[in-house]
Amino acid sequence: MVKEKGNGTTIIVMSGDMDKAIAAFNIAVGAAAADKETNMFFTFWGIKAIQKGNFTGKSLFGRMIGLLNRGGISRIGPSRFNMFGLGRWMFKVMMKNKNIPSLEELRQTALDLGVKLWPCQMSLEVMEIKADDLIEGVQDSCGVAAMLEMSDRSKQTLFI
Amino acid sequence: MAEEIKANVTLNLEGLMCPMPVVRISKAIKDVVVGEVIEATATDPGVLIDIPAWARTTGNEVIKIEREGKIVHFFVRRLK
Repeated sequence: MVKEKGNGTTIIVMSGDMDKAIAAFNIAVGAAAADKETNMFFTFWGIKAIQKGNFTGKSLFGRMIGLLNRGGISRIGPSRFNMFGLGRWMFKVMMKNKNIPSLEELRQTALDLGVKLWPCQMSLEVMEIKADDLIEGVQDSCGVAAMLEMSDRSKQTLFI
Repeated sequence: MAEEIKANVTLNLEGLMCPMPVVRISKAIKDVVVGEVIEATATDPGVLIDIPAWARTTGNEVIKIEREGKIVHFFVRRLK
C-alpha cells in the first residue's frame, strides 16, 4: 500500500497534559493505521512526551524547569483532577483495568507504525533541553517552516 | 449464515481497545495478498463503526460485520 501524497495528518502537540497527549497519540496511531503520512510536531509543554525523563537545563531557570517538568511521558498528569499525581495514578489504574493502551504503549505503537516525531528547536532552546534528553527514534529538531510543509502535505492539521 | 465466507487469516482482537483493533487490522492486511480475507473477532463495541471507517479510508472492503452478544465478528477483504 502506497501512501498517497497530500493525504497526511499533522498534529502539533503543545499540551503537556496526559489526556491531551493520549488524544494526540491516539489520533496519530489511527492515521498511521489508515496509511496516512503522519507527523507529530512537539512544541513547548508537548516536548515532555518525547523526553527520556532525565534532569535537564543549564542555567538556574533552565534547571528549575527541568526539576518541575522532570520524568518524561510517565510523569505527565491529566489536565484536571491531577491532585499532585494522585489523579494521574488513578487514570493509569483505570485505563489498565479496561485494557486501554498507556501513553508509553501508544507512543511506541506510533513509532512502530512510522509516525514521525519532530521536536521544536525553539522550545528545546528555551527550556534548555538537549537532543540527548529526547527518546530514541525522534527526528531532528526543526521549526515552523518544516511544520508548515508537513501541514501542506496533510488533509488534517490538528493543534492539541 | 446463508453462505460461508472463507477467511485466509483469523485474528483475535478480543480485549483490545481503541486504537489497537485498527492498528492490528492494518498490520494484518499488509500480510495478505489482494483479494484475501481476514476474519476477526473483537470486544470493543466501537469497532462496529471504526472498522468500516478504516476500510473506507484505506480502500478495503468490509464484507460483513455483526455483533454476536459481546463479540463483534467481521470479515475484511484486501482490495489494494
